Amino acid sequence: MSNLFNSMIAWIDKRFPLTSNWKAHLSEYYAPKNFNFWYFFGSLALLVLVNQLLTGIFLTMNYKPDASQAFASVEYIMRDVDYGWLIRYMHSTGASMFFVVVYLHMFRGMMYGSYRKPRELLWLIGMVIFFVLMSLAFTGYILPWGQMSYWGAQVIVSMFGAIPSVGEILQQWLLGDFTLSDAALNRFFAYHVVTLPLVLLVLVFVHILALHETGSNNPDGIEIKENKNPATGIPVDGIPFHPYYTVKDIVGVVVFLIVFCGIIFFAPEMGGYFLEYNNFIPANTLQTPDHIAPVWYFTPYYSMLRAVTVNFLGIDAKLWGVILMAGSVVIFCFLPWLDRSPVKSIRYKGPYFKVALTLFVISFFVLGWLGTKSPTPLYTLLAQIFTVIYFAFFILMPWYSKIDKTKPEPKRLKE
Amino acid sequence: MADSFSINDEMSGRRKFLVAATSVAGGIAGAAIATPFLLSMMPSERAKAAGAPVEVDISKLELGMLLMVEWRGKVVWVLNRTPEMLESLVKVEDQLADPNSDKKQQPDYAKNRTRSIKPEFLVVEGVCTHLGCSPVFRKDVAPADLGVDWLGGFFCPCHGSKFDLAGRVYKHVPAPTNLVVPPHVYLSDSRLLIGSESEGAA
Repeated sequence: MSNLFNSMIAWIDKRFPLTSNWKAHLSEYYAPKNFNFWYFFGSLALLVLVNQLLTGIFLTMNYKPDASQAFASVEYIMRDVDYGWLIRYMHSTGASMFFVVVYLHMFRGMMYGSYRKPRELLWLIGMVIFFVLMSLAFTGYILPWGQMSYWGAQVIVSMFGAIPSVGEILQQWLLGDFTLSDAALNRFFAYHVVTLPLVLLVLVFVHILALHETGSNNPDGIEIKENKNPATGIPVDGIPFHPYYTVKDIVGVVVFLIVFCGIIFFAPEMGGYFLEYNNFIPANTLQTPDHIAPVWYFTPYYSMLRAVTVNFLGIDAKLWGVILMAGSVVIFCFLPWLDRSPVKSIRYKGPYFKVALTLFVISFFVLGWLGTKSPTPLYTLLAQIFTVIYFAFFILMPWYSKIDKTKPEPKRLKE
Repeated sequence: MADSFSINDEMSGRRKFLVAATSVAGGIAGAAIATPFLLSMMPSERAKAAGAPVEVDISKLELGMLLMVEWRGKVVWVLNRTPEMLESLVKVEDQLADPNSDKKQQPDYAKNRTRSIKPEFLVVEGVCTHLGCSPVFRKDVAPADLGVDWLGGFFCPCHGSKFDLAGRVYKHVPAPTNLVVPPHVYLSDSRLLIGSESEGAA
């Protein structure tokens, strides 16, 4: 039996680089031996991606991208299609969990300096993945054509209208109409199920290729490739990804699935944070709901969008809001060049960085919370203060990371 | 010969020229074939043809009441303003960003304090000039959430922009301009035509 298997593999290897790729990317890909809890989220993001692709395919079998039928077809999936409710809840919960694991994955990179040389390009590819993911979430949220779908899309598309001179024509080009209508729903469906998933898959592939070129960073932020066993050429602090980390990741998958299933079966709406109550009302083009807020994963940026209420530097408040909102996401791309610390990992960084990162996380959460609330003068003031802190984390980084009192990095990984 | 595929100094002038010419021709062809795809995403002929004016009967619109009309897929409000409402327009003027409607957000016949043809009737698009939400009609005076200075107006729930009862925007809110007054004309005391300035166009 094993002889037959081996000869089959040999047959394939002559025609396709199967064994060599298995070795290069799994059994002989040497990862640092000290991966901790934070290293689960990359593989979990892959798991959620597979979940979204599979459940998404089955949803398209019953969904109708037509403004007059879309809402009813989603209700049809929920009520009349066998297990339709399960497939849809897997997809809608998957969308939120995608952001949970990606935010934790990004935060891991920020803590351990995974964006630093030589992984700048890996970080940038990851950022593009994040932009595509945001676009996927946005286009997907429009599809049920509920009140939040409609008015959320109205706000986002109107942002392009804020761009001087070309804004209006760009908005019409995006909508395929003069207002948000069936034409837009139809094309957002095309983006959501064809264009963006294809782009995402290619980018994820490229992200992993780039990772395997530089090798993984680790909680100590030192390069294991600089300390190789001279006899074998293998990093002394490296262990093969398979079986060590495949087995470890299975533990992460099991814990994740317990949480995931708990949400699907007991709280699929997550108190209005994963599926908003207003989206159970069909789109009404004449009336905005009294309280609108995006889904939780967009609320920090949404807070910044509406935080600017004064015109300055000759630019009106509306355009400033859009600039700040876009800037708050794009600014992550500059991290590799903003961080001037001699060490990578937070373990060896000094108090300035630790305080800055803590303030950043607090402002991210506060802005996220404010984004779910109706604007009041107090909330707007809070949003303005925390927007400044959010940006200060990035803009002041070249300064505070340089003068910070760091500890010396170890030569070898700690156990 | 594999080297000849990369652009290097040893490439002859003739080869360099041919590579450049082929690249330019290929680029032009690429842009040409992209054009129909990009233009296919503009509003279609059917979308352009939609948007005829709508006629509204305002005889049953009571004082202080708001009527919502759909025109070109957006909401247009018709508000029958009470004398108190009209008085509030003067009182809030120092809080407004563009009290004289200097920005071209209305036809010339609506560039006045009430931003209307008939003082009592406001005809305005119910689309926030910030990011397109539809503001909420809040005629209650000094409610808890909008403060004691509030004399009635429109409040956008999305980002907190405020407009007075003539659709004029307050200072220090995200919306940059007053609400848009669509072209409209009174065909008689009770018949209002929205989307056109003459009966003939209807």
